[in-house]
Amino acid sequence: MEKTIRFTLNGKKTELATDPSQTLLWVLRNQIGLTGTKYGCGSGFCGACTVLIDNEAVRSCSLSIGDIEGKKIVTIEGLEKKGKLHPVQQAFVDHDALQCGYCTPGMILTAVALLMKNPSPSTEQIVEGMENNYCRCSAHIRIIDAIKSASVAMKGGK
Amino acid sequence: MKEKKRVLDETTAGEAKTGMERKTFLQLMGGGIFMFFAPWKSLDVLSAPSEQARSLPKDYNAFLKIAEDGTITCYTGKIEMGQGIITSLAMEMADELNVPFEKVKMVMGDTDLCPYDQGTWGSMSTRSFGPRMRAAAAEARGVLTGMAATQLGVPESQLEVKDGVITDSKDTKKKISYGQLAKGKRIEKFLDSKPAPEDFSKFTSVGKPVKRVDAYLKVTGKAKYCGDLNLPGMVHARILREPSHGAKLTSVDVSGAEKIAGVQVIRDGDFIAVLSENRDKADEAIVKIKAGYSFDEMKVNDKTMPEFMLKADSKQSVARSSGDLSAGRQLCDKVFESEFHDPYLAHVPIEPHTALAHLENGKMTVYAATQAPFGLQDGIVRELGFTREDVRVITPFVGGGFGGKGEFQQGVEAARLAKLSGKPVMLAWTRDEEFFLDTFHPAGVVKINSGFDKNGKIQMWDYNVWFSGTRGAETIYDVPNAKTTSYSEKNTSPVHPFGTGAWRAPNNNTNTFARETQIDIMAAAAGIDPLQFRLQNLKDEKMIACLKSVAEKFGYTPGNLPSGRGIGVACGTDAGTWVAFMAEVKVDRQTGKVTVLRLACSQDMGLCVNPEGALMQMEGCMMMGLGYTLTEEVKFEGGNIFNRGFDTYEIPKFSWLPKLDCVILDRKDKAPQGGGEPALIGIGAVVGNAIFDAVGARLFTMPFTPERVLDAIRKA
Repeated sequence: MEKTIRFTLNGKKTELATDPSQTLLWVLRNQIGLTGTKYGCGSGFCGACTVLIDNEAVRSCSLSIGDIEGKKIVTIEGLEKKGKLHPVQQAFVDHDALQCGYCTPGMILTAVALLMKNPSPSTEQIVEGMENNYCRCSAHIRIIDAIKSASVAMKGGK
Repeated sequence: MKEKKRVLDETTAGEAKTGMERKTFLQLMGGGIFMFFAPWKSLDVLSAPSEQARSLPKDYNAFLKIAEDGTITCYTGKIEMGQGIITSLAMEMADELNVPFEKVKMVMGDTDLCPYDQGTWGSMSTRSFGPRMRAAAAEARGVLTGMAATQLGVPESQLEVKDGVITDSKDTKKKISYGQLAKGKRIEKFLDSKPAPEDFSKFTSVGKPVKRVDAYLKVTGKAKYCGDLNLPGMVHARILREPSHGAKLTSVDVSGAEKIAGVQVIRDGDFIAVLSENRDKADEAIVKIKAGYSFDEMKVNDKTMPEFMLKADSKQSVARSSGDLSAGRQLCDKVFESEFHDPYLAHVPIEPHTALAHLENGKMTVYAATQAPFGLQDGIVRELGFTREDVRVITPFVGGGFGGKGEFQQGVEAARLAKLSGKPVMLAWTRDEEFFLDTFHPAGVVKINSGFDKNGKIQMWDYNVWFSGTRGAETIYDVPNAKTTSYSEKNTSPVHPFGTGAWRAPNNNTNTFARETQIDIMAAAAGIDPLQFRLQNLKDEKMIACLKSVAEKFGYTPGNLPSGRGIGVACGTDAGTWVAFMAEVKVDRQTGKVTVLRLACSQDMGLCVNPEGALMQMEGCMMMGLGYTLTEEVKFEGGNIFNRGFDTYEIPKFSWLPKLDCVILDRKDKAPQGGGEPALIGIGAVVGNAIFDAVGARLFTMPFTPERVLDAIRKA
């Protein structure tokens, strides 16, 4: 049953001998110990479990670990570089774009993927890109503002 | 305060408040200066739900620790679930002790280390706990200054405190820091603080916007929520659930689950669970269990619920009565009778109920996502036969509560499984369980009979509320003949087919919706602008100020209803705070879809402790309020819940975001009031009134789904 899965995790080459049918979310959280990726609904609706796979925001609750063979995964733990927050993380702090914080890792990674594809999104494009990430505390307005700020910061303030 | 405490002590002879004796935990805490105080009102404890009410301890029940490095730690039973008190309570301490905000740390929701607290809800943390904590901190500063006076040989009156350093004002070389005072010592002080008249203008942190202290941890994934914890040998649990509330297990075959490698089946009567080190295996195993049930459910569903409630046997109580209703009726030019319906609502925190329980050397330790750590401790004591000393509940960061995590069933379940299996057990409810086992905001019915005279003055107001309580039910208007009657559940004849509980601003949403819609109906009939109609029927100056300021912010211009503009007005009070709302909506007459374009809210919450935090709470309330207003509704048949996921229960999303305008009428001379709920209460009312203004159709049932809007347009 066990198989060795090879992938890149937060910039590091990783090998894991595991049952390939296991859910990526639970492998990340329970076997690898990266608990920043959250369980929210288990069926791909809420976005709390979002990770980046080859720079696309995907829901880790809806993938098997076997599906990521050879791919590049980034979790929330992989965004901070040498003690410096990613501009999107920094913007979330600056704008108080969170309350309970449980949806925050998924929000940030979805926003990072959005800005990689579209470095200067309009408000409408941000709304469209973030639409299926749920925040019950309702920090939506601040999250949109944070993404706008991050977009400017990532282009060197332009 | 002291008198009440003594009375309670006599009746309940000194039970220990925490699991651990004070002596024991002081040994754990090491050196420093400890200041014990009693920050809560006796009334807070007396008003606790009966299963959570417990005796006031003889001992002091809150404390600060001043460590050798000058760090000040405050231990409190309150918890942080996103509302921001981990920041605002620390700000209040920092101000009173004259130390930099960064020097104050909070330890929250640990039943062994923290003093008893009934639970974090009702917007109580800032308005009730805060003032007492500040009073104690002010006294603590006095004690520290006294110690410094002795050490420096300088009279206390000559000393000044800044940034945790006490200095002789006549000789600035003579100084000593809080940390130095604490060095190598072990001092315990017992304070008898009474909240003193306060000069809010002196505060340095309070009143200034401060960023959340937990933000860094939360944007990096480092913040630990319950489900993020791990213990050696930990297993993940799934529990067999009945398909509907009230169903009884008649047969069960667990062999399918037992065949899966690495899965252990636990059975204790009808309580059946599977455990595995691997969550996927537990998920796989639980659906392999074959179970049969018998059903004996209440014959009611979401459509028949209002009629069911009106016919149910209930306990009637008059919350308020003034004047004479029939005399008032005689004075009325026009009289209106309306009936309003409100459905069950789910809390839907993004973090489901989660708990990790571990039994070691007879001591049960439970980490839990809960708003009531001490309630959970009592629940485990009551249901699993532990002594209170042998149960410790620790509350990590909580991923949203909204009232729903005042219930703690998952903590008791995890503890039960840890006891049965002897292993550390992690239980994270699935989204399906989170919906099914939620304690919903109760459905309710309101009937109002009211009228106004030739001058547009309300003369009669007869308000009747079924099963929605009285929070926000009393009229805020100046009405000479008014009565508020509440019909509530009798123990002998339950009304709700499943659990209900507090949902952010419990029931005030229902009552404000009913009252403010009725006011709007009368304004329309009187041919008076709805803002003017409210103002001329109000004497309450705070409410008048809120309405005027929200109108100014909104850029309101008067117009008689329905003006076709889609603009609504509403107001109300909650948790000691006054709020007024305006909204602008667009209604699609073909589809019935309502789009909220603008929402404005003006709030008088007394002194605003953290303007940034208060603003966040207001924005969050307004956006969350759109959910109960437009889509949220639990559909059910008997004990079966039909919406068990985000696909069938829609909560607000980014595309719903209207333009939000918030006004905080900061009253520096008034005590701070609740801020986590008030801006939620009028969203249903203000949007409903705006819909009427847009299309002349009146809605009496929330949420305002396209079907209901189309139906109302047809009837208009």
